[in-house]
Amino acid sequence: MILNDLLQLKEKELAARKKILLRCCMAAGCISSNSTGVKEQLEKAVAEAGLQNEVEVRGVGCMKLCCEGPLVAVEPANEMYVKVTPENAPSIISALQGGQANVDQTDPNAAFFTKQLSIVLANSGIVNPERIESYVALDGYLALHEVLNEMTPKDVVETMVKSGLRGRGGAGFPTGLKWGTVAKSPGSKKYVICNADEGDPGAFMDRSVLESDPHSVLEGMAIAAYAVGADQGYLYVRAEYPLAIARLQLAIKQAKQMGLLGAGIFESPFNFNVDIRIGAGAFVCGEETALMMSVEGKRGTPRPRPPFPAESGLFGCPTLLNNVETFANVPAIYRKGADWFAGIGTEKSKGTKVFALAGKIKNTGLIEVPMGTPLHTIVEEMGGGAPDGGKIKAVQTGGPSGGCIPAQHLDTPVDYESLGKLGSIMGSGGMIVMDEGTRMVDVARFFMEFCMDESCGKCIPCRAGTVQMHNLLDKILKRKATARDLAKLEELCDMVRNTSLCGLGQTAPNPTLSTLRFFRNEYEDLLQPDTFDGGANHSQTVTK
Amino acid sequence: MTNIATPVTPSPVAPAPAPHPSGDKRFKILEVHMKKHQFRHDALIEVLHKAQELFGYLEDDLLLFISHKLKLPPSRVYGVATFYHFFTLKPKGEHTCVVCMGTACYVKGADKLVEAVQENLKIKPGETTPDKKVSLLTARCIGACGIAPAVVYDGIVTPRQTPEATLEQINKWVQA
Repeated sequence: MILNDLLQLKEKELAARKKILLRCCMAAGCISSNSTGVKEQLEKAVAEAGLQNEVEVRGVGCMKLCCEGPLVAVEPANEMYVKVTPENAPSIISALQGGQANVDQTDPNAAFFTKQLSIVLANSGIVNPERIESYVALDGYLALHEVLNEMTPKDVVETMVKSGLRGRGGAGFPTGLKWGTVAKSPGSKKYVICNADEGDPGAFMDRSVLESDPHSVLEGMAIAAYAVGADQGYLYVRAEYPLAIARLQLAIKQAKQMGLLGAGIFESPFNFNVDIRIGAGAFVCGEETALMMSVEGKRGTPRPRPPFPAESGLFGCPTLLNNVETFANVPAIYRKGADWFAGIGTEKSKGTKVFALAGKIKNTGLIEVPMGTPLHTIVEEMGGGAPDGGKIKAVQTGGPSGGCIPAQHLDTPVDYESLGKLGSIMGSGGMIVMDEGTRMVDVARFFMEFCMDESCGKCIPCRAGTVQMHNLLDKILKRKATARDLAKLEELCDMVRNTSLCGLGQTAPNPTLSTLRFFRNEYEDLLQPDTFDGGANHSQTVTK
Repeated sequence: MTNIATPVTPSPVAPAPAPHPSGDKRFKILEVHMKKHQFRHDALIEVLHKAQELFGYLEDDLLLFISHKLKLPPSRVYGVATFYHFFTLKPKGEHTCVVCMGTACYVKGADKLVEAVQENLKIKPGETTPDKKVSLLTARCIGACGIAPAVVYDGIVTPRQTPEATLEQINKWVQA
């Protein structure tokens, strides 16, 4: 494969376009509502109407408004049908010929769609994730070609630094700096790992990206590998995402066949292979050192850092570890330039962020907004507020490591620093909306139970601390706790946060601390008066 | 370095692997899978996935077979198999009902679904009915938050479940 072949492939694919395009969502959410049947019937109806030469029915990835699935979009009419059933297919096809479709539609000009700015999800819902040609038609792999032929690895790293991209896994470490460190680390063997172990409950952005546009992640990994000097990559994907795994396997196979992965990519001396490693359901494996243990086929327990993976990672070699969304940003940065990317977002947080909007909200689905967008815009304008006239009470970001942001702080812009100031974190992008009916102590217990179950057991503060904190929260919820228990809980939160080995334990108290900060009255309402027994019962407070 | 400890069983060097004494063809398939990974130690999790796919669960005999073939200590194989939630050492029921307990599903009432099934079948999450018909499981998050609360019935993700709908499905299995 050389540049000419790639461009020819693009031309061929563009020439094959038909007058009308029906895009049918084939991501996991819509498939569970039988979008496979919808697509089949649409194809049948097209054939029956004799429109094969004019209408293309394309299975695409996520079209974002997941709650209304299965979705079917019509181009160029710019219409979007919602909750489509296979029986609706003939009606949709007859509408193309001037008839009337008796299927509900959503307004593609609604705030949910128009307020989005797509970089990571630019191809999602447009390309067919099972055909590499579809990705190439939208300038796919052009960035990789340019990087390999016109840039030195040093230039590639510099461009990344200039773009200001920060890790989208949650912590927000500058990506360029990480790439530079791995590139500088001595060693003939280096690895690139993509963290697709999206364990944060309530987050499904990475799943959608992998299911909708797997090639952008592969291209991003290949560019990163060239920059740091790696020749082997691993994609660590959760076993809970079988469709994402299947599409990645297919994408890797297609890219290899075309010489876009493997040996001598674009007939350059650069080699890069990617293998998939399937996770086995351990939240802690999202932590980088634990993830690498798991890739090595061991128990996923974290280890102290330093040494950082950039110096000594997988099999003791320098390793670059980035999240799915980070890699998905990469091709666009090299195609459109670092300055273009740096022009989006806020001073310290560049680009866009994808959020999985879910919970007690009208429009659930995927949104991608520029950094710095106020939470209010996301939740009220795009999300449509709470369903059934309810009132939003809080927004939870960052999952079990994050916090709850109360309604009065909804004017906060989403960027790494602002969310941090409120005791929450950006996290990987799960955003759960809670309404007046949600009890915050219950939420705190839910997340603590999660961390308790998921603690790997290696370090004591996390292993024992999460159990005790969970017991205390449970006691409060059962109206058996006193003010002393609450004080104990706060003390434990502080201890676990400061003494745990890895991120899981260090952040496990966050949901409790942030609900205590903003909804302390809900805790206090559940407390029983102190019995003034001089602490005689004190020892019983934390025993199970 | 010479091997000081004598291996309990001689390592297989024969070109064609001897069939498993039980005559079960699935062991052969598993071995081919291990060969695909060149019997590498870091492929242990991949191999366990395949084993569970073939056998449904990981019993001791199977874990020992893997440990022997990959030349890993049984403690390592057992340690990995028990560390990850995805692997199960107990047989599952004929049907499985996996309730997603991710945050989105939880705030939309997934706990009520679990309660309903728990009361109806008199089993806790992770358990199987005595007649081995139905297993109740919970998942961390299946990433189907847009259609919460979601339940996976025998591998099929089903959107927007209510306690009534869940019990209806369970009863269909029980009565079948």
